[in-house]
This record gives sequence, C-alpha cells and structure tokens, in this order.
Amino acid sequence: MAEIRVEALKKNFGEFTAVKDSNFTVADGEFFVMLGPSGCGKTTTLRMIAGLELPTSGRIFLGGEDVTFNRASHRDIAFVFQLFALYPHMNVRKNMGFPLVCQGMPRAEIRQRVEETARLLRIDHILDKPVSGLAGGDRQRVALGRAIVRRPMAFMMDEPLGTLDSEFRDLMVRELRELHNSIGATTVYVTHDQLEAMAMADKIAVMNHGVIEQFGHPQEIYDRPATMFVADFIGSPPMNFLTVAGGLAPGARDVGLKEARIEVPELREAAPAETLMLGLRPEHIRLDDAGPLRGEVFGTEYLGTTQIVTLNVDDTQLKARLAADVRLREGETVGLSLDTARLSLFDAASGRALASARDDAVHAPRTGTGG
Amino acid sequence: MSTTTAHSVVAPGRRTRFVAGLLVVIYALVTMVPLAWIFLTGFKTPPDSISYPPKVVFEPSLEGYVNLFTTRSRQTPEYMESLPPPQTWYEELVRSRHMVIAGPSKFGERFLNSVIIGFGSTFLSVFLGTLAAYAFSRFKVPLADDLLFFILSTRMMPPIAVAIPIFLMYRTVGLSDTHLGMIILYTAVNVSLSVWLLKGFVDEIPREYEEAALIDGYTRLQAFVKVVLPQMATGIAATAIFCLIFAWNEYAFALLLTSGTAQTAPPFIPTIIGEGGLDWPAIGAGVTLFLLPVLVFTILLRKHLLRGITFGAVRK
Ligand SMILES: Nc1ncnc2c1ncn2[C@@H]1O[C@H](COP(=O)(O)OP(=O)(O)OP(=O)(O)O)[C@@H](O)[C@H]1O
Ligand SMILES: [Mg+2]
Repeated sequence: MAEIRVEALKKNFGEFTAVKDSNFTVADGEFFVMLGPSGCGKTTTLRMIAGLELPTSGRIFLGGEDVTFNRASHRDIAFVFQLFALYPHMNVRKNMGFPLVCQGMPRAEIRQRVEETARLLRIDHILDKPVSGLAGGDRQRVALGRAIVRRPMAFMMDEPLGTLDSEFRDLMVRELRELHNSIGATTVYVTHDQLEAMAMADKIAVMNHGVIEQFGHPQEIYDRPATMFVADFIGSPPMNFLTVAGGLAPGARDVGLKEARIEVPELREAAPAETLMLGLRPEHIRLDDAGPLRGEVFGTEYLGTTQIVTLNVDDTQLKARLAADVRLREGETVGLSLDTARLSLFDAASGRALASARDDAVHAPRTGTGG
Repeated sequence: MSTTTAHSVVAPGRRTRFVAGLLVVIYALVTMVPLAWIFLTGFKTPPDSISYPPKVVFEPSLEGYVNLFTTRSRQTPEYMESLPPPQTWYEELVRSRHMVIAGPSKFGERFLNSVIIGFGSTFLSVFLGTLAAYAFSRFKVPLADDLLFFILSTRMMPPIAVAIPIFLMYRTVGLSDTHLGMIILYTAVNVSLSVWLLKGFVDEIPREYEEAALIDGYTRLQAFVKVVLPQMATGIAATAIFCLIFAWNEYAFALLLTSGTAQTAPPFIPTIIGEGGLDWPAIGAGVTLFLLPVLVFTILLRKHLLRGITFGAVRK
C-alpha cells in the first residue's frame, strides 16, 4: 500500500507531446481514475507510473520513494492490461501463480495463495481450465486475480472493462469497487467511460490532449467543472452552454440574455466582455411559467423516470431533464427557471470557469462503502 | 482470442468443392507417381528395374537395400564353392549373384553427415532467426528497415551464383569438406528466411504479454523464454521445416564443396554404381530412406505447420 505522487511528468514521442506537465497525488488506498477521450495520454501516464515507459522529464514517487528510473520489476506494482494479457499456454492456475513463481515462493504457498485469491474473485471452479475458452468476465477476473495475488503496493488498470458488454460492465464496476473496499490498495484506473469513473472513483483526473484539466472528487467535477471541456465531457447529456452578455465586475449577481436577465452565483472575478458563457446542466432547468426564460419545445426523448427535452432558447438548443410525466407538445412555448446556485460561468476564450459563489459548496469525500 | 479458425465468408458450394477436390487429387497423383516409382524400384531386382516394358507387378526383393549398404566383389565359381554356407539372409542374397560382401558401403556415413549438417544448420538458423526476429520486433534497432532489407537481399540471387568465390574461400580457410563449413553455409542461406518468417510471428504476439511478466518481476530474458517463446512454437516449427527441407535437399553446394568426410547423401546417392552401370534398386532404396527423416519431422510438427504455414494470418 502506498501513496503515488507524480510531479511535472512529461512524455514526448519525437515531436509529439503525449503527456504535458502532469501533477497529482493519489493518497494511500485511494481509487483514482484517469478519465479522458481516446488519445489524451491516459495509457502513457499509467505506463510511466508502472515503469513500462520512461518519462521525458518529471518525477514519480511511490510510497515516498523516487522510482522514476526504476525498472518495472523493481516497483512492486501490478498492471491489468486492457486485453488482459493472459498467457495462452498456461491454465488459469498457472497464470495466477506466475507472479509468485518469480518471487521464489514455495509451491504449496503459491497454491494456497492462488486458491485464496480465486475464492475472493469467485473463480475457484475454473482454476484448472485453459484460459483460451473463458468468457470475457472470467478472463477479466483471472487478470485481476493475477494482479492481486501478489499483494503489490499499487494497482494500475488500463481500461480493464473496455471489451466487456455493457451489462457485464455494470456488474464488474460494482465488483471492482467492492474488491477495492475490501483490499484497500492504491489503484490507478484508466477509462474513457465517465459512468465507470463516476461509479468507482474516490478522485478523478479529467485529461485532454495530455493535460489534466481537472482533478477532484467525482461530485466536484460534476458540479463545479473547472473548464468547458470537463463540463462537456462529463454528464449525459452534457452541460448546456448559453452565450451571455459579459463585461461584468466582480460581485455581479446576474447576466443578460437577449430578452431576460438570469440570476447567477455571485462572481468573484471580472467577466470578459465578449466571450462569456453560461453553463447549465440539464437538471438545472425547471418548467416554470413565471420563470425568466422562454423556450420552444423541439423534441422529447423518453427515458423512463425522466425525459430529455430539447428546447430552443435564444437561437440555442438546450437539453433539459424533466420528470417523465410532464406532457409537452412539439412547438409549444414554455416558461423556464434555472437552479441559480449551481450555474457555471466560463470564459469561452480560455475555456476556464470563472470563480463564483458556485465554488463555495463543500463536498464530503466518498465514504468507505462507495456507491 | 477466439478458438475458431477463419472461414471465408461465403462457404463454397458443392460443385466448387468437387472441382477443387478433383484438382487436389490430380495434383497429388502427378507428384506422387515419381515417388511411388522410386519406392517400388527400391524393392526390385536389378534386372526388373531396367526391364522394358517397365514392370509394375514384380516379385519384391531386398537386394536394393542390401546393395545400398554393402560393397560386393564377384568371385570365381571355384572360390564360391569353397566358402562355408552363408550365415545371414543378405549374404545368401549376394551369393546368389555370384558375389561376396566385401564390406559396408559409404551410405551410412553420408546419411549421418546429412543428419548432422541438416539438423545442425536448421537449429542454428532458427536459433539465430528467433533472437534476431525478437530484437527487430521489440527494440529500436538503428536502421532496422535497411538491415532487414539487407538480410532479405541475400536471397535475391541464386546462391549457386557465388559458388566459385565460396569454393575458393572455403579452400583457403580450410572449411572445404567439413561439417562446420556446410552448417555455416546452409545457415547463412536459411537465416534470412528464418528472420523474416519469425519476425512476422513475433509481431503478432502483443507486447503486453512480456510487459505483464516484466511488471511481475521477471527479467527480459525470462519473459522471453517463459512467455514469448511458447507462443512462437508454431512459427518456429514452420520455419524449422522450411530450413530443414532446404538444407536436407541441397545438392549443388554439397557436390562442389564436399567429397569425402563431410559429403552429404544427395551427391552420394546418384553415384551408387552396380555391375554394368547405375544400381537403380540401390538408388531407389537410398532415396526412400533419405526421404524418411524429413517426412517424420514434418509429420511430428504437422499440427504446428498447418497453422504456421499461413504465416500467422490466423494464428489465433
Ligand atoms: N510509443 C508511441 N510512439 C508514438 N506515439 C505514441 C506512442 N504511444 C502513444 N503514442 C501517442 O500518444 C498519444 C496518447 O496515447 P495514449 O495511449 O496514452 O492515449 P490514451 O489516452 O490511452 O488513449 P486510448 O483511450 O485510445 O487508449 C496518442 O496520440 C498516441 O498516438
Ligand atoms: Mg489507452
């Protein structure tokens, strides 16, 4: 068990920069998720922590020790690869025991450890099967088993659920989190699936083009996105953006739309004149005849308990999440009000969120049981 | 990685399958007939082997095999009379032709030379090829593409085109007519094939396998031996068969560079002389025996070969 600290980590492949100046700390026992679109440098970061790739510059600390230039075999980290990398010429038992054989552990002890781990993962019944015939979920568990059997200081997982179908993925998400809660090892988990990240993480780092755009608790990232990229990447449907009149001084409490003024959390810094954007999540929009906004219903998408309603407001399309029992006709004009305290303001030029009273809310970290 | 093999999307119809089957049978017949004829000749008597019209039905005899392994001398009837009765069936067979066995022939030695040189060079080619293929596939080798092209270019001319320089070179350094010389020569010819074939197979094995082993604490060499090598078995088997077939059957260099101690079977077999010309049954017997090792080797590795011969395309 160990803390992982990454300082000014950078990786170039020739001219191309895959990871730019990454800094973060994963506390001992934390489940840390790196989230971002394809090609943003998640795998590269993970491989550098594991020692499979040498950084161009920067440092990596594992349990306080500088391991930047240590070989992978000297880092005591376990890695679960996206394609599992189960050895096809060994059966499940041999695969799981393979890391222990390397440590020169006596055979009886290996046997006992492997069986213990297999029971934990509920794969003890397939121990003597070849890995080639296993179903996706079982392969996944064997790969996990091979990682945890060694009881390493930390786990690296590179999109371990990427190849599973969605039903199975949900199951594995729960199992993985439960497993983490029971063994409590520091984990770095890479995914491009925000639902996975939200469901499992203690902390999330959202990456884009080699840069960590935001680092924080899942709720913090959802409620107070630091950049427009994060706001857009997290949430389904993503955050809506409305262009609003800017040029505001610190302390401003409302922004101007074409025909209305909208109350917002009190600004803590000056807003730019040209490129101010209001960010609002679909669930921040309510039907309210007395509300300040007017929208025309464009379409609805029924989701069971809720529905996603597309509204035309000020030449912009907004998506609102409303209760499923509200009946709306296409073309109908409705009044809207917004959840003032939770609105975000962005400078579209830099993509950065402006400091405001929105940031005052405090979030409790996830408690042990997760969920 | 599924266990299913690749099929064409559209399964061939019955007519197509029939025609394809027929073509295969015809092709098999065309290639099998000469082999069958050699095999039969090995069991004929010398008169039967040169009779005209050729005999398809004949009384089988082991004379060819006896002649292959012995040298014999013709004796006067008086001398034959004076001999004690023959001890073995083959002595009897030889005496019925008014000859006695003078000693063993050179076939055994030549055959052993073929085994040493053939398998020796195959082992070396595959060993060097495996290491080189792994390095080319996994490491940043400076000028890798140029080196690979250079390796391939050694096969762009027929090897016999450099026979004279090699002959002179070998004579100068004393490699002529030595096992080592022939092993080096065949390895040099085969190693390019071996590197290229095996590189394809290593490329197909995801790096993650080794990386997983590295992270688990193994060294690069251990990861290679325990994780990569077993998965290369198919490729190694296929490559070994190709190398062996070349080294085993090679005739021109063997004729040119070997004459005594290191002579292999191919240049030796056609020189087996009987009374009044070539001893066709002995040649037939020699060729039949000569084919056996490659046949057995191929059958042993057949399981791998069938998958390997597609050059990794459906390795999964
Ligand atoms: N060995 C390499 N040589 C050159 N470029 C590389 C190498 N490895 C990765 N890259 C590039 O670096 C960028 C980041 O790659 P990385 O694999 O870290 O992305 P990722 O976030 O894991 O994406 P994905 O979700 O697709 O796995 C990509 O544009 C990739 O093409
Ligand atoms: Mg990746």
